[in-house]
Amino acid sequence: MTELARQEPIALELCGLEKSFGPVAALRGVSATLEGGLLHGLIGPDGAGKTTLMRVMMGLLKPSAGDILASQGGRALGLEEARAGMAYMPQSQNLYQDLSVSEHLDFFRDLYQLPRADYAKRRARLLAMTRLGAFQDRPAGKLSGGMYKKLGLMLAMLAEPQLLLLDEPTNGVDPISRREFWDLLYEQVAQGVTVAVSTAYMDEAERCGKVHLLMEGRLLASGEPRSLLKEHGIGHLDQLFSSGAAHAGS
Amino acid sequence: MPAVEARGLVVRFGDFTAVDRVSFSVEPGEIFGFLGANGAGKTTTIRVLCGLLHPSAGQAWVDGVPVEGDLKAVKARVGYMTQRSTLYADLSVDENLAFQAGLRGMSAADLARRRGELFSLIGFAGSGHELVQSLPGGLRQQVSLAQALLHDPRIVFLDEPTAGVAPEARARFWSLIRRLAGEGRTVFVTTHYMDEAEQCGRIALMRDGKLIALDSPLGLKGSTYPRGLVEVDPGAGDWRTRISAESGLSQPRPHGLRWHLEEQREGAWEAFAAAQPGLPPWRRSLPTLEDVFLKLVEGRP
Repeated sequence: MTELARQEPIALELCGLEKSFGPVAALRGVSATLEGGLLHGLIGPDGAGKTTLMRVMMGLLKPSAGDILASQGGRALGLEEARAGMAYMPQSQNLYQDLSVSEHLDFFRDLYQLPRADYAKRRARLLAMTRLGAFQDRPAGKLSGGMYKKLGLMLAMLAEPQLLLLDEPTNGVDPISRREFWDLLYEQVAQGVTVAVSTAYMDEAERCGKVHLLMEGRLLASGEPRSLLKEHGIGHLDQLFSSGAAHAGS
Repeated sequence: MPAVEARGLVVRFGDFTAVDRVSFSVEPGEIFGFLGANGAGKTTTIRVLCGLLHPSAGQAWVDGVPVEGDLKAVKARVGYMTQRSTLYADLSVDENLAFQAGLRGMSAADLARRRGELFSLIGFAGSGHELVQSLPGGLRQQVSLAQALLHDPRIVFLDEPTAGVAPEARARFWSLIRRLAGEGRTVFVTTHYMDEAEQCGRIALMRDGKLIALDSPLGLKGSTYPRGLVEVDPGAGDWRTRISAESGLSQPRPHGLRWHLEEQREGAWEAFAAAQPGLPPWRRSLPTLEDVFLKLVEGRP
């Protein structure tokens, strides 16, 4: 794929996904639509199944039951083919502490087997976008929390994925880095990438195009934040979890 | 006597000034929040206050003891939970505590007593034989706290103790912080979570090595936004452009679904609103600490 011919965003249809780890049911039948080119939020308390869901989408875990259907520009896509266009940024990323920002990019260029000419352009664009250009010789172990997350995002974006899965990318970074990170996500969506991000910050949840609220392995609700608030007559999305808890108990 | 006092602290690394003439004092039993973007000099300041780093200039005291004086006396008074855990992941909880007690020269009887007290403080119901690497993140942070408190210090420095921890575990950790302060211990804590900063008695805000603000959460909100904020629920319309074009109003900043903006002069919003038919819903609101942080640290509203 070349710089000019960017591919259409990838969309996923999740159908009754279940995943158990021994006696623990992490996903109990999750069905949701991740439309292409939208910023999706996976929202839910600890243990809701957000990370498991991302790993199942990415193919790092096999679901115990259920199906995932992928498409691109309205055309069905095989799951393996789709995953070649997907990238995943785990919650705690073990980057190489001793390698610099620059060395990480080079290393991932080789992993992704990117053509040299493409790589030079992408690298320059990513460094400019994340404003890490001035820090490219700094070892990952000496980056601040916010910069470390941006390096992770850059590496995920280096192969120009059409679907980006990010697990709590802003947890524990300062408010300014958090805001810059969200500007980066909006930029990706504007360029036609589907982004799915999990977060515990409700202000971030409200800034998503569509949220998927998970609790105890089940999907409580899906939709555009503003319509969900209106539909349920509530002021904040997290109020859905308390009513959801009532349902789960019955 | 203040629990912690800094006067004109300066720390230089080569020609880089990490801490630049910082002065403040912290009262005993206070929960003192130390905030700032990454690289603002927070950890460096803490390291000076714990007697781990010599300042290039200035002085500091903990519990009246100069930090450059009797190091043993300093270390007896302070506990320090570092940003990256100093627990050995492949040792058990008990082995970590015993190792720490050994470093501190504590007697077996003191270790046994403190172990019991601290396990009950953090509500640890395990045997102590669990390997640290097998503990969930939230619990591991609490064991780190126990390790920092083992020698019963009056002052405890917590450097981003809840970074990356889930909201429920963060809330539990902060209930421990309140208990420590309730016992009269001084808690000096750094965090990037503004909901946590809200629970501090006072907050010091650092930027580029300088202390740029120091007050209670409420005081900071009042002094940073003397006219409060206007919260607009913009819906679908193109209000951003229209608001941005208004000279008496700041750029609107996203706050979840809504925007926060500030008047540059009294009555600017009402004047704007009166001239705009079909204005989206809005209300006057108090700033959050996030608003305060963004304005003070970034230098723009």
